[in-house]
Amino acid sequence: MTGTNPTVAPSNPDGALATTVSSSAPGGLVKSVVALDRVVIRLAGDSGDGMQLTGNRFTSETASFGNDLKTLPNFPAEIRAPTGTLPGVSSFQLQFADHDVMTPGDAPDVLVAMNPAALKANLSELPGGGLLILDSDEFTPRNLAKVGYATNPLEDGSLEGWQTVSVALTSMTLEALKDSGLGKKEAERSKNMFTLGLLSWMYHRPTEGTIRFLERQFRRKPEIAAANIAAFRAGYNYGDTTEAFAVSYEIKPAPMKPGRYRNISGNQALALGLVAAGQRSGLPIFLGAYPITPASDILHELSRHKAFNVRTFQAEDEIAGIGAALGASFGGALGITTTSGPGVALKAETIGLAVMTELPLVIVDVQRGGPSTGLPTKTEQSDLLQAMFGRNGEAPIPVIAPRSPGDCFDAAVEAARIALTYRTPVMLLSDGYLANGAEPWAIPDADSLPDLTSAVAFATEPNGEDGEFLPYLRDPETLARAWAIPGTAGMQHRIGGLEKADKTGNISYDPANHDFMTRTRQAKIDGIAASIPLTDVEDPDGDARVAVIGWGSTYGPIGSAARQVRGSGRKVAQIHLRHINPFPSDLGEVLARYDRVICPEMNLGQLSLLLRAKYLVDVQSHTQVSGMPFRSAGLAAVIQDAIDSTTASLNGAQQ
Amino acid sequence: MTVELGMPDAPTPIDAAIARSLEQHGPKVTELKGKDFKTDQEVRWCPGCGDYVILNAVQSFLPSLGIAREDMVIVSGIGCSSRFPYYMNTYGMHSIHGRAPAIATGLAASRPDLSVWVVTGDGDALSIGGNHLIHALRRNVNMTILLFNNRIYGLTKGQYSPTSEVGKVTKSTPMGSLDHPFNPVSLALGADATFVGRAMDSDRKGLTEVLRQAAEHKGTSLVEIYQNCNIFNDGAFELLKDPATGPMWTIPLEHGKPLVFGPDGASCVVREDFGGLRIAETNQVDPSEIVVHDATREDPSYAFALSRLSSQDLRYSPMGVFRKVQKPSYDAMMTEQLDEARLSGPGDLTALLDGGDTWEVKA
Ligand SMILES: Cc1ncc(C[n+]2csc(CCOP(=O)(O)OP(=O)(O)O)c2C)c(N)n1
Ligand code: SF4
Ligand SMILES: [Mg+2]
Repeated sequence: MTGTNPTVAPSNPDGALATTVSSSAPGGLVKSVVALDRVVIRLAGDSGDGMQLTGNRFTSETASFGNDLKTLPNFPAEIRAPTGTLPGVSSFQLQFADHDVMTPGDAPDVLVAMNPAALKANLSELPGGGLLILDSDEFTPRNLAKVGYATNPLEDGSLEGWQTVSVALTSMTLEALKDSGLGKKEAERSKNMFTLGLLSWMYHRPTEGTIRFLERQFRRKPEIAAANIAAFRAGYNYGDTTEAFAVSYEIKPAPMKPGRYRNISGNQALALGLVAAGQRSGLPIFLGAYPITPASDILHELSRHKAFNVRTFQAEDEIAGIGAALGASFGGALGITTTSGPGVALKAETIGLAVMTELPLVIVDVQRGGPSTGLPTKTEQSDLLQAMFGRNGEAPIPVIAPRSPGDCFDAAVEAARIALTYRTPVMLLSDGYLANGAEPWAIPDADSLPDLTSAVAFATEPNGEDGEFLPYLRDPETLARAWAIPGTAGMQHRIGGLEKADKTGNISYDPANHDFMTRTRQAKIDGIAASIPLTDVEDPDGDARVAVIGWGSTYGPIGSAARQVRGSGRKVAQIHLRHINPFPSDLGEVLARYDRVICPEMNLGQLSLLLRAKYLVDVQSHTQVSGMPFRSAGLAAVIQDAIDSTTASLNGAQQ
Repeated sequence: MTVELGMPDAPTPIDAAIARSLEQHGPKVTELKGKDFKTDQEVRWCPGCGDYVILNAVQSFLPSLGIAREDMVIVSGIGCSSRFPYYMNTYGMHSIHGRAPAIATGLAASRPDLSVWVVTGDGDALSIGGNHLIHALRRNVNMTILLFNNRIYGLTKGQYSPTSEVGKVTKSTPMGSLDHPFNPVSLALGADATFVGRAMDSDRKGLTEVLRQAAEHKGTSLVEIYQNCNIFNDGAFELLKDPATGPMWTIPLEHGKPLVFGPDGASCVVREDFGGLRIAETNQVDPSEIVVHDATREDPSYAFALSRLSSQDLRYSPMGVFRKVQKPSYDAMMTEQLDEARLSGPGDLTALLDGGDTWEVKA
């Protein structure tokens, strides 16, 4: 029951492992335990069914058990689309394994469908033979009609190609809670916990964490906590005793580097990274933000950390959010604004002001499908060119991107480092997939995080020859301008959006000065390359002829695809960019080494446009804008084709 | 002046910089002269522009506030008026069109030790920046907003503005403007502003008095300053400035004084049905009916009714402080929340990172 791939070898070199390990016999039942190396589960239900919560709980249990994992929540933009309809289906997929995994899995091995809509929306993605668990209570004529099933799939034989187990999840939950004192409607809502209990039994998950969680979550409603726990236990016991499930599965913990771990989502990691940046620089943090999916959770998380000298300001709009952040930076705080693509569009003018005033500012864009309101809850990487160029005038800013949920932490610290060291706005491009996806995260040692104190050197004494303060006198190395904050005597100065005279910062309309300042601002950003690592190339044998280059959240799918390609005996180099502006200084040379460079992106080719423009390399763009992350099998096929055709044409050329 | 950043336990680089500055420069200098606030920048408004008068008034009254120059920050938007910070020897930011209240909000909220000022124009504050203005007012962030109202777009050379009278003929409205103007004072009161005043550029004494009260007010204060643009809207306030007509149409607001005005106090303000106010002839009403001005009324309806006495041609313009009430300021409340969050000590990064469900992988 592993996700083996039809076209290329499975990512695990040992192939699918399925060994019957032992048998047990509770109550005379013969139950066997099968060992697996990895499983992909998809939970699907109505938006109101609590699938995201169930998925997150299963993830936590799995993480604390010690498996490596990746998750993919997928939910509609409507809070509650009409019950039981296709648009209302919400799902949560996770892959967990006894080895490291890079993606939530291309296709599920197990699909749990809480109603006919969930079945209809997801069945086509469950490979034949896969395990299908259904809530039979929900397959009523009314619910079937809502999604256009003419006959009941539980009865018409249409599910014969799968291992279908239909379970009366709802009525068993009600039965388990009949003495709870809860009404039917309320008791029914615990069916997700019943399901979680069943899955926890099936995969030998530890249950204490979930019980603790439920107690904590419903602290103020003990009867609800008790009902959820009872349903959870009933589900677990049902698995243990029923004949419907004769097999349970064991997936051993994955070998991981020793240390402490926690399960973390991208938005959470990003928020913690920003707190860490404040602590490591000593600066107060000021977040100005306007709620927008999928970025709001960063605002929520940061607003809980006031004890870290973090001020959060929910502004009247995105423009005010970034304006307030910039005002705070002028006062010596680390100004931050978090948003998604539509918000970045509104912030453009203020980013330009930050470029001109040369103040530190971190702008976080958690990208979603566009243009316009687009696909609020789906992922995309289509704001790259907006981040690079979406402003009037020559207004270069550094652009960086995290590669995984946990990496959002490091990316946030890096964004702050660049912003403070170079006194510049920095764009951090996360996306919906990273924001809501989760993975086990090795908790860093706080003291080993980058020390940002040296990046903050507030000027308190005049730096000019005549004893005056020159706010635009630059550090010769970084080209960062002198930063003096209100409250320091003798350093009063005025900055603003009008062109600045070199050194004095006074208004200047002088043509030569404008030319000089424009080039200087560009040179400052280009110069950041001196402070970043050289290109990160992953090529185990070091002799690949084809390279695949990506940025941001495609790291997992590309990496997983590269493994599959290597598993088939071919060679490919994976290059993944953290810094997109400026690029690592050796990137051009690195790209020139390969016969072919492929660039997969969840847009219509924005990075490849930049690479082609800058390095004149014939990058082969491979794109997808479905609102969903790449599947590694598809990418593997593309890479494999490229390798095979490159080899063929090289052989041809030699003849 | 001590720096109150609500962070007594761990000095930030901000505290350190200010402490260093005090060491280098000695105690803060708060006994200043008007000229101490001038910069070396050449003032570039048109000769005769009302902005000069306001700049002079501000520079000469500031020393009386006893605020050190380095503790003052002036944030402006875009427009002729918004050039103001360049001419003031304080910290300043000449930002972008309409956004000054937002920028100042972030600064004032994160640095409650500073005296933050906003200088804006009628277009800047009420067209492109209208949203930021009303939200700043309702939040009551500690800052003083000076709205230079010349009832025209000066910098872009003379289009009508959101305070221009209906029918205004300008380059963009050759047949007259169609839209009804804002009354900035009514607007501010509608947003529940805790301090709202109005003054005339040329009235040094009245302007200074309103500015002083505004500066001393904790929370957001808005002062509408009638400012003559002698190039694109010359004489816009002549009705009020002309000694022959001014007293007739100006209602001076003095806290605790009956609202009697006009030559020989011939006119007065009395109550009307539905909570409104109206103008009456003093000798036609019982003195007890005459409204005694009270700027401290909690309910903004009275101040609002006052602001509605004037028509768009400026007849019956109340000048002075309309409203002045005390409410906790946003920055102070924010600082309080931070202090509360740190009651059991400052945040511990190690503990934060280690939070949630964690597990250990052994070697
Ligand atoms: C985003 C943007 N839109 C338009 C302008 C052009 N602009 C500059 S000032 C101004 C109007 C200024 O009017 P007001 O605020 O009344 O200031 P005044 O010049 O009258 O003092 C306009 C439209 C701009 N600078 N920025
Ligand atoms: S255009 Fe009008 S407002 Fe602007 S400087 Fe000239 S006179 Fe003053
Ligand atoms: Mg104007």
